[in-house]
Amino acid sequence: MQELIQQLINGLSLGSIYALIALGYTMVYGIIQLINFAHGDVYMVGAYVGYFCMARAHLGFFTSLVIAMLVCTVLGVVIERVAYKPLRNSTRIAVLITAIGVSLLLEYGMMFFVGPEVRAYPPMPGFMEASYNIGGVIIRAQQLLIIGISLILMIGLQYIVRRTKVGKAMRAVSQDADAARLMGINVDNTISLTFALGSALAGAAGVLVGVYYNSIDPLMGILPGLKAFVAAVLGGIGLIPGALIGGYVIGAVETLVAGYGFSMYKDAVVFAILIAVLMVKPTGLLGKNVREKV
Amino acid sequence: MSNRYARIGVQVVLLALVYGIVWALINAGVIDDYIQATMATICINIILAVSLNLITGFTGQFSLGHAGFMAIGAYTTALVTMEYPTTWGFLGGVFLGAILAAIVGFLIGLPTLRLRGDYLAIATLGMAEIIRILLLNFDFTNGAAGLSGIPSFVGWTWLFVFTVGTIVLISNFLHSSHGRASISIREDEIAAESVGINATRAKTLAFTVGAFFGAIAGGLYASYFYFIKPDLFGFLKSIDILVIVVLGGLGSLTGSIIAAILLALLQTFLQPFPELRMIIYSLALVMIMIFRPQGLMGSRELNLASLTRLTRRGRAAEGAS
Repeated sequence: MQELIQQLINGLSLGSIYALIALGYTMVYGIIQLINFAHGDVYMVGAYVGYFCMARAHLGFFTSLVIAMLVCTVLGVVIERVAYKPLRNSTRIAVLITAIGVSLLLEYGMMFFVGPEVRAYPPMPGFMEASYNIGGVIIRAQQLLIIGISLILMIGLQYIVRRTKVGKAMRAVSQDADAARLMGINVDNTISLTFALGSALAGAAGVLVGVYYNSIDPLMGILPGLKAFVAAVLGGIGLIPGALIGGYVIGAVETLVAGYGFSMYKDAVVFAILIAVLMVKPTGLLGKNVREKV
Repeated sequence: MSNRYARIGVQVVLLALVYGIVWALINAGVIDDYIQATMATICINIILAVSLNLITGFTGQFSLGHAGFMAIGAYTTALVTMEYPTTWGFLGGVFLGAILAAIVGFLIGLPTLRLRGDYLAIATLGMAEIIRILLLNFDFTNGAAGLSGIPSFVGWTWLFVFTVGTIVLISNFLHSSHGRASISIREDEIAAESVGINATRAKTLAFTVGAFFGAIAGGLYASYFYFIKPDLFGFLKSIDILVIVVLGGLGSLTGSIIAAILLALLQTFLQPFPELRMIIYSLALVMIMIFRPQGLMGSRELNLASLTRLTRRGRAAEGAS
């Protein structure tokens, strides 16, 4: 029982990170129906910005986190404006290939500038090294921090999407871009804003992963990117609460499988869940089946 | 009708000429081992691209897991030929792998192809990752180290036979009623269903056939390069194949062939700059998609008929001026 609770707490912190990345996938998919493969690499860039802020510029953890989020925001908007916007009216597969091209460019561009070797994250301030033992279950301060920061960011996102004018614009564009344009919404700016928000969350996730696993490399974005995408599909792609649920489920499943001695198969289990979901309820846990009208 | 037979005759003669010339050049030592390896890569990429084009270009279904089928073919061929190192063992292995891949493709395709949208892309992506992870962990596949010392039976003759065979079979499939059903689904699935085409059946058939030929390419790879490991068949390989198809033009078999050759040449030229290779490749990819999203050939084909049409038009233009 203790073991199970311990694994679930580990899963909760990993799941928070997946949920942060999955939010970016799901928001972009919701608004322009694009599987943004470059998203996992934005998260990698966030991890590196955090690393250089802390290890080279000797900035504090929170300052570095904010800087990483800002850099990723700018990166996300630039990617959208330069690579995706010219393709707004072409086929979806062309945009998909572009996304893959941008993803490769970020990976190998980063490798060119910082080298392919794995780097260790700088040591964290003392308050994050503490750990608490509650009835035999060990909770590290780091994990609390990851869960806390993720929750604050998710609540912030919910506030922006649900309560503000730009959030209303985002929801309108995702329902019907043409109708939204007729209502006087600037669709291009709204799409850019979606990329900005998603990329900021990915940047934060990058720094948190650096802290959690303590190692980063230029190709670190591929697999977590795919898994976060699985999380988004599991919850129901295009739905923000779906991404949260999916992220936590994937995080919990992965740590449970690894914790009970099948760590080699943890990624296979995640993808098997994906296929099972697609077979049973392809619109995801929260998705509704929308009939296509002719 | 005689026109058609004449065209087939010309094609057979042309193919025989290509085969004979290359065979002679190899025997004369003009084509060295390095060029031969590049040619093998091109042939294998052509089979992969043509079979994926059937799924993505002609039937309009995204598949992001073609490397998974390739892996099934490669490992089956490797394991069978290591057990029975004869030409029959090799052929048996290739076809066993292809049939296995077709079964897996059928099982993945049937439930997900009932749906519209990106579900097949997501499911195939997951499937290819699962196959790779299983290959990493099974004992008989020797884990991450992979299989080496696979008996090699593939030379120019087998490469030529399989490549031409794949192109001819897939092109004939496309000109059959099944192929026309596939193309009509790409154009408009609802309209296709309303004229009585069973969309799920046609999509699954095209996907299964594509998986079959993808595995054949894998078998040739294993036998020609006599070393395989799971990482060769990762997500990036699936993307490589998709890039060939999109670059050549969705719905153009000759486009896939041209793109496979061009990309292999590009990779060879970029070989001396390993750290810049992927950067240039990815930049080229983004540029091509922004400036020519329909690919090199669009959905046109380059064949004898279109060539004669071109020359005729040229003559007509000359006559007019």
